[in-house]
Amino acid sequence: MRAQFVLSEIGVGLRRNLTMTFAVVVSVALSLALFGGSLLMSDQVNTMKGFWYDKVNVSIFLCNKSDAESDPACATGAVTEEQKQQIKSDLQKMPVVDTVTYESQDEAYKHYKEQFGDSPLASSLTPDQMQESYRIKLKDPEKYQVIATAFNGRDGVQSVQDQKETLDNLFKLLEGMNWAARAVMALMLVVALMLIVNTVRVSAFSRRRETGIMRLVGASGFYIQAPFIMEAAVAGLIGGAVACAFLVTARYFLIDHGLALADQLELINFIGWDAVLTKLPLILATSLLMPALAAFFALRKYLKV
Amino acid sequence: MIRFDNVSKVYPKQTRPALRDVSLEVEKGEFVFLVGSSGSGKSTFLRLVLREERASHGQVHVLGKDLARLSNWKVPHMRRQLGTVFQDFRLLPNKTVAENVAFAQEVIGKSRGEIRKSVPQVLELVGLGGKEDRMPGELSGGEQQRVAIARAFVNRPKLLIADEPTGNLDPQTSVGIMKLLDRINRTGTTVVMATHDQNIVDQMRKRVIELEKGRLVRDQARGVYGYQH
Repeated sequence: MRAQFVLSEIGVGLRRNLTMTFAVVVSVALSLALFGGSLLMSDQVNTMKGFWYDKVNVSIFLCNKSDAESDPACATGAVTEEQKQQIKSDLQKMPVVDTVTYESQDEAYKHYKEQFGDSPLASSLTPDQMQESYRIKLKDPEKYQVIATAFNGRDGVQSVQDQKETLDNLFKLLEGMNWAARAVMALMLVVALMLIVNTVRVSAFSRRRETGIMRLVGASGFYIQAPFIMEAAVAGLIGGAVACAFLVTARYFLIDHGLALADQLELINFIGWDAVLTKLPLILATSLLMPALAAFFALRKYLKV
Repeated sequence: MIRFDNVSKVYPKQTRPALRDVSLEVEKGEFVFLVGSSGSGKSTFLRLVLREERASHGQVHVLGKDLARLSNWKVPHMRRQLGTVFQDFRLLPNKTVAENVAFAQEVIGKSRGEIRKSVPQVLELVGLGGKEDRMPGELSGGEQQRVAIARAFVNRPKLLIADEPTGNLDPQTSVGIMKLLDRINRTGTTVVMATHDQNIVDQMRKRVIELEKGRLVRDQARGVYGYQH
């Protein structure tokens, strides 16, 4: 097969239905940009999980005097020194526990002042209204339930709180958004595939004279189909390149420059360039193979020997 | 070259067979006219030889191969040994004469050197020397058919199938085309030609096969047209 001959046939085909080619490029670009975006979103959620789970604690809040009057969990009165010792030694015996730190009422007051110093509520607060607590770092952040069942309802314990739960709500939201993006991507992908199938058929129809003659003179099925398949692949690859460019620019403007989220949200560690760059070959390969396969199946009916 | 053994062809959704129990043999080097009215089965016969269709019953052998047993991907190789010419020429309007002929060689992967050598040769043979760079639209009907014959013959096929090649041409031009086909036949290429042209058949005095409503009704060496409807 002569490459120049095949290439010129592809060029003719792409130019002949330029609007359809354009539609294919745009739909492939959009669907693959969404595809890459959702992959990166998953990566982002995972890095955030790793980053935050290291920092979260399980807190055991202990009853103070005012709780003893108002909270049914503290019906037995404020926590005693004995109970505190017991809780601490029990915690240290548990295999899931990594470290235990104690926060006194004064420390809690100080932390509260630091965080909400300006609010009117903070100025009316006194240290003895604050709760003592144990802050527990777990070896595996998923094992919160063990602590909860062991200490909830014990005398002197007001409540057991898992900070991870608060984070998980955020991650659930992010993952939900990610699934929505994937659904849109799937829809766009279907649209892209149908457009490709249609484009290839129009292309094959407009060149049925050539292909008819090719069949007559004994061109192989592959030789007849190759220009159409490569046409679809070239259009798809252009779309894939656009999608890649889109992802790279999005990373650049959202995180590093422009919106500069990395500067504004210092608490979040964002995915690096390597995460973006490793997705690009996958996107390009998909943009090449998917339209080629779609074209192959579209032609099976049209270009029989 | 071609052998039909009790061949019938029924198209899907049709009750009347297009060919009924046809048996015949065409030897190497023969020149055969295929005659009969429209709908007599001539086109079906040629489509079976080209394996554009498969026989419903019976066996079709072309160039020694049982076409029923020929897998799809081998069909192109079989067709490379056949040349085909049609009433409507089937040239590519946006390619020059030389490019049209070269197309038949390009698609089967001949090298450029080979193409450069054989195209002028075959154009000379069909009497179109010097018109390599003309477009088909600038040529007369007879000249266009010569281009089509050049394209069919450029790969030196063993068998040339012609479906009413003179159907669109005036009698004088037709005679020229027939002389050309006769010359190709003399190089050893078997020629099977479907035609309605009584004068040509009567003049050439070649073997005549007549089909009527799908049946073989006459197979006559050195025959005449003889069909009077």
